[in-house]
Amino acid sequence: MPELTTEVDRLSLVIEIGGMPVRVNTTDPDFLALLEARYSGFISESKSAEIEFEIELAHPNPNTDDAPVEVMQRNGLWRLTRGDFRAEWKPDARTGWIRQTANPYSIDAVLRIVHTLVLARQGGFLMHSASAIRNDKAFLFAGVSGAGKTTISRLAPRDTTLLTDEISYVRKQGSGYIAYGTPFTGELAKLGENVSAPISALYLLAQGQENHIDPISPAEAARGVLANMLFFAKDEDLVQSVFRSAFEFASRVPVSQLTFLPDARVWELIG
Amino acid sequence: MSRLFLARNPRVAARVLDGEMMIMSGKDSTLFTLNKTATILWQSADGTTPLDEIVEKRICAEFEVGSDEALKDAETLARELAGHEILQISEQPIQQVAKIVETR
Repeated sequence: MPELTTEVDRLSLVIEIGGMPVRVNTTDPDFLALLEARYSGFISESKSAEIEFEIELAHPNPNTDDAPVEVMQRNGLWRLTRGDFRAEWKPDARTGWIRQTANPYSIDAVLRIVHTLVLARQGGFLMHSASAIRNDKAFLFAGVSGAGKTTISRLAPRDTTLLTDEISYVRKQGSGYIAYGTPFTGELAKLGENVSAPISALYLLAQGQENHIDPISPAEAARGVLANMLFFAKDEDLVQSVFRSAFEFASRVPVSQLTFLPDARVWELIG
Repeated sequence: MSRLFLARNPRVAARVLDGEMMIMSGKDSTLFTLNKTATILWQSADGTTPLDEIVEKRICAEFEVGSDEALKDAETLARELAGHEILQISEQPIQQVAKIVETR
């Protein structure tokens, strides 16, 4: 009697954000196509990856809860959970798995979390900010929802390259910092360009009756950086690292407050 | 009345900048900026100096307030900080088990 076997194709792609290639494997061609569309511009031809995730697709569950994100590490194994996904990642082995339904949002969250964990060890971070390159220099515009990140991105002149309107990717390099484009979008729903440039300034956004840039104290600068950093893990060592990174960033990159009208002339002050 | 002893929670990150004490919880990354009185409590929280002595020597001297009122307010504040797991409080001296990382 012939042996019964089921051959399942293993489909794969590498998503490279911030110079870090992450391979994701799936057995579902439709989901692969969804990922290719979602991360267009961030798909790498790289054969090697720093992390490899197996994706296990679950059937949609109408009772899916909306539990908040939990990120915990024990014995070298990271567990990431939210109402819509479960994932594990073992940094030493550079492998992990994600269980989710066929949607782009869950894997997006997993990737953001994993990048924050990797960057935290390297002095970098993700930040709630828009970012853009102008004259070969990157500028970050930080603020909570409604502060104007999408608005200032929309007002950017043509000679500006948008890196993101929502979540900036910051890597430490030497004594400075580099901003990378990300596919993490806000209301603009437009992927950033997959390019990078040295960070020249961070602006904390405020909306007002006229456009102006005001200096702020080092303490306000550090607080502004800390308040806008993305970090999810309940891990004391990493919290210490992230805390130090925020102060170091604020001491090396000029941070000021940018008050602006929803008016393109604000860009005359930048760059 | 029993005396209260305060110790810094070793599982937080802390730093003073421009006289402002910023503390980040190691538990959930929540950021706290302490006011002057809370900063004094944090800096004096060595586990062995009782709260009434901290109030007498540091807070009454700094703010020119009566010791009874200051002690009552300081105790409320200390309990609030303990609720956020920034400080540990006890009716016995507290042995610090780990060095606080106060970055500069």
